[in-house]
Amino acid sequence: MRFIAASPSLPCTLFRCFGLLTFLFLSGAVSSTETNQTNFIHIRTLAASCAACHGTNGNSHSTTPVLAGLDATYFSNQMLAFKNGRRASTVMHHHAKGLTDDEIMQLANYFSEQKRISTSAPVSQQLKAKHE
Amino acid sequence: MNNPIKHALDRRSFIKTAGVGAASLLMTNKTWANAKKPPLGHVVVIGGGYAGTTAAKYIRLWSENNIAVTVIEKQGQFVSCPLSNLVLGGSKTIDDLTFGYDLVQKNHGINWVQDEVTAINPDSKKVTMKRGEISYDRLIVALGVDFNYEELPQLASASAQEAIPHAWKAGWQTVNLYQQLSAMRDGGVFVLTVPKMPYRCPPGPYERACQVASYFKKHKPKSKIIILDANPDIVSKKGLFIKAWADEYAGMIDYRPNNVIIDVDVASKTVTTDFETVKANVLNIIPPQRAGKPAQMASLTEPDYPWCEVSFLSYESKRVPMVHVVGDSVAAGLPKSAHMATSQARVCASAIVELMHGRTPDPSPVFANTCYSFVDDKQAMHVANVYRYDAGKKIMVSADGGGVSAKPSLQEGQYANAWAVNIWSDVLT
Repeated sequence: MRFIAASPSLPCTLFRCFGLLTFLFLSGAVSSTETNQTNFIHIRTLAASCAACHGTNGNSHSTTPVLAGLDATYFSNQMLAFKNGRRASTVMHHHAKGLTDDEIMQLANYFSEQKRISTSAPVSQQLKAKHE
Repeated sequence: MNNPIKHALDRRSFIKTAGVGAASLLMTNKTWANAKKPPLGHVVVIGGGYAGTTAAKYIRLWSENNIAVTVIEKQGQFVSCPLSNLVLGGSKTIDDLTFGYDLVQKNHGINWVQDEVTAINPDSKKVTMKRGEISYDRLIVALGVDFNYEELPQLASASAQEAIPHAWKAGWQTVNLYQQLSAMRDGGVFVLTVPKMPYRCPPGPYERACQVASYFKKHKPKSKIIILDANPDIVSKKGLFIKAWADEYAGMIDYRPNNVIIDVDVASKTVTTDFETVKANVLNIIPPQRAGKPAQMASLTEPDYPWCEVSFLSYESKRVPMVHVVGDSVAAGLPKSAHMATSQARVCASAIVELMHGRTPDPSPVFANTCYSFVDDKQAMHVANVYRYDAGKKIMVSADGGGVSAKPSLQEGQYANAWAVNIWSDVLT
């Protein structure tokens, strides 16, 4: 190896090897952290696009099912059933078919980790005269 | 009080000081939610509609309050365009669709400025309003659509728009159109014109025809509806609308494609196209559209195309750095819907949070869009798709498996109302 051949002494070589291993370990760790972060924000943003029907973080204010805190296996089984046609639906098959199986699994985990919370829905009010 | 900015300073002094540096201002504030972490900067959002309010909320949520956010919105209330056609059908009132901004401001510590933007200077990163000036680290422009009256100068005046309402931004315009329909005699003619694509809410005009027909069927059954569409065909949910018109409103709706307006006589409510001249009792012209005015001010629109080109990874403008555009102003080739606007806003919010942390945004965003249309007061139908970033084409493309309802139904009417409650809650709380 060019690296060893260039080394004048064994202790120095070992030190350099250790340094290289440390660098490789750390760069691997950084890369893994980056991948995890990218994956996390990918699923978080995808999950948030479900909010229009299922509420922020899956806390629905209406008759649409609450996804927050839902058992991950139940969620993924239902979504896979929508995807492959085993469960009939009006709209969910159009969403499930557009997702990868991996995204469905990760959405299942994401929603299972969300807290079920009770928040106030906005209350409608009288339109003011000065509005356009 | 949850808003740390308002807590420390009145609005005038915040606006003045934010330009010096939001970070230094905010770090001195002991009420800052995460005082141990330094704030990462200041994002200004122009526009408090579906896109802008969502972007503001999610930047605060996902930065764990470490990015200061200011929204500039001209109006004091949020009025939903989705469901506003039901006001014309008589099953909703405009008040049912009107909300305050107080909860979203308080819950997320968003600084809210009710004012009108008069200039944007991307070089100095400043936004000028009628009553002040504010600096930003990143700017989000979310101003929806602007009506292009250069193409329709007959309707440029306020009086012309009162006589011939657009009702395409919900509010008093919607009420005006409803009142005109209420005052019309039975046997009158309602003429609805549709601009060329792209425009806000592709199925909206055809849903509007259903809603007005629903009102006529109950109250003025001898009346007729003429749709003059500048497009060569119904642009969304075509089969479903044709069936709904035939099944529920037989003989009432006369659809005429390829009809581009070339003249309007406001006094006589007469519209002329390349093919014909049609006189209306109630005339509703949905004007040609382009990106909202501040986007034009900041030169965000393309020279030969009145919409804003963006990176679909961050929604940063391709023309002006550090300025992002979300919602209906974006040149996306995707439906300009409220759900789409919120989905774009969240991708933008996530990217801004990552960029301001010195990290890389998601290289492959995916999101969903669902759009419901009501065919009467209770039955609705949908179009739904997942959209996925295509790294080769660098655009969002429709994933396999999307589509429309088999038929309108009461169940989907309930889903549509649930959609509205949840999207309002997501955006406004």
